[in-house]
Amino acid sequence: MSNLQSQDYIRISASTLTPPSIRNHQAEVAKLIDVTRCIGCKACQAACMEWNDLRSDVGYFEGTYDNPLDLGPSTWTLMRFSEYEDGKGDLEWLIRKDGCMHCEDPGCLKACPAPGAIVQYANGIVDFISENCIGCGYCVKGCPFNIPRISKVDHKSYKCTLCSDRVDVGLEPACVKACPTGAIMFGSKADMTHWAGERIEDLKSRGFANAGLYDPPGVSGTHVMYVLHHADKPSIYSGLPDNPRISNFVSAWKGLLKPVALAGVVMAAVSGILHWVIEGPNEVEPGDEMAARRLIDDTAEQKLADPHRSPDELT
Amino acid sequence: MTRPKGAFIRNTTATRLNHWFTAACFVLLTLSGMSMFHPLLFWMSGLFGGGQWTRAVHPWIGIALLLSYFGLVVQFWRDNLWNKDDLAWTLAIDRVLANKEEDVPPVGRFNAGQKFVFWSMALLIPVLFFTGLVIWEVYFASYTSIETQRVALLTHSLAAIAAIIVWIIHVYAAIWVRGSMRAMTQGWVTPGWAWRHHRKWLRQLVATGSMGPRPRAEPRRVRKQS
Repeated sequence: MSNLQSQDYIRISASTLTPPSIRNHQAEVAKLIDVTRCIGCKACQAACMEWNDLRSDVGYFEGTYDNPLDLGPSTWTLMRFSEYEDGKGDLEWLIRKDGCMHCEDPGCLKACPAPGAIVQYANGIVDFISENCIGCGYCVKGCPFNIPRISKVDHKSYKCTLCSDRVDVGLEPACVKACPTGAIMFGSKADMTHWAGERIEDLKSRGFANAGLYDPPGVSGTHVMYVLHHADKPSIYSGLPDNPRISNFVSAWKGLLKPVALAGVVMAAVSGILHWVIEGPNEVEPGDEMAARRLIDDTAEQKLADPHRSPDELT
Repeated sequence: MTRPKGAFIRNTTATRLNHWFTAACFVLLTLSGMSMFHPLLFWMSGLFGGGQWTRAVHPWIGIALLLSYFGLVVQFWRDNLWNKDDLAWTLAIDRVLANKEEDVPPVGRFNAGQKFVFWSMALLIPVLFFTGLVIWEVYFASYTSIETQRVALLTHSLAAIAAIIVWIIHVYAAIWVRGSMRAMTQGWVTPGWAWRHHRKWLRQLVATGSMGPRPRAEPRRVRKQS
């Protein structure tokens, strides 16, 4: 997305500077997706395409309701349908609206090498500032939810913006506005958590003993949350991670390795300079040239005296 | 080649061109790679025309480096095989560092330090190449799992840092041991340089009547040198 709210940044990718924090009274927002109310109409998908001017290429049919089959640079949200058979042999049709979770601790932003290509606003929205994106795909490796997609056309990474442009002017995200059942709600994170609590009580009273809120602590919570009927098994919802967290490989690469590597390189260079200062250059001395001369001359004389001797006898 | 009479050929023109092409690739890869590794160094991406260009060109330079280094391996591997002289030389490393080379056991064309640089790069460059392919987003992103790509990224970074440190050692050694830089720019060394640093190599050359860089297979009658 475009760079609309630069004074609201609380995190900036690949930056060693403290982000501006002039406006500090912003409430953290959240989108609450109540999977138990979703009817799979895809109005949210259509609204997302409308508002963000996105049209993905026409794909192909593979015997599922998922259309298109996956998220893409032009598909920022996607209804994923899964048929789940519970222990009693009952079939449940679980429909999850997939898209960026807007992590409080965003792995994409941690991994990003381009300053200001990924930012987090004070309201919690994680946004890609496309003009700064270099298309390396590090965000894809950083993300615990497999969300960002790199465009083959302009080599930039794209994902849901949580309609940061709409939210900035006091509107709800397009998907929220379009949802006909009220399965997608938007508001402050506190309000949404409270609302989810009421809904979960209701679900529990109706036999969904494991109903719960998906706000995974492994990424310090998310600004897109789900109400799940089976919060004990998130993975049955088309592979929603049970305990998402930034990969240890990414943490090591972006955490410990950066300072250690720079220190190692600097130490190697400093060692060279110190050695130069303490020991100095290794110069060929006149004695070396004389010794070499003697070797060459002696060898030549022996050869002249007996050209048939083998070289092994000379050394 | 502006080789004075009596000087030995340390590196042929083809070797030197091969070396400096490799060196140029390595420097460009270090600049572009480091700019994508640490935010403090992102400004170096400007040298390549911005972040998008840096990201796009880095893997292609990597391919050039792999091919170029392969050329060096073909030319150098035989003289870089480990032998018992290398252990003796390594055990005398304190005297090497103190410039007291008269007390150091003599070695052939390459000493253990040079062999370390050679084999380190011979290992690290293929590692960098294959991990680099895995994380080459434009062409190869769909061939491996994201978890594999995470491992490849970490491995690529570690191998790159190791290669850069080895490279710093290589460059410093060339500056420190006077005459080595000319051996790779103009290609020749004085007999005294060969005597001081690679005495066994010098003896082999003299015994077989070769002016370098390798001894003759068939010994030849030696003319008296002036």
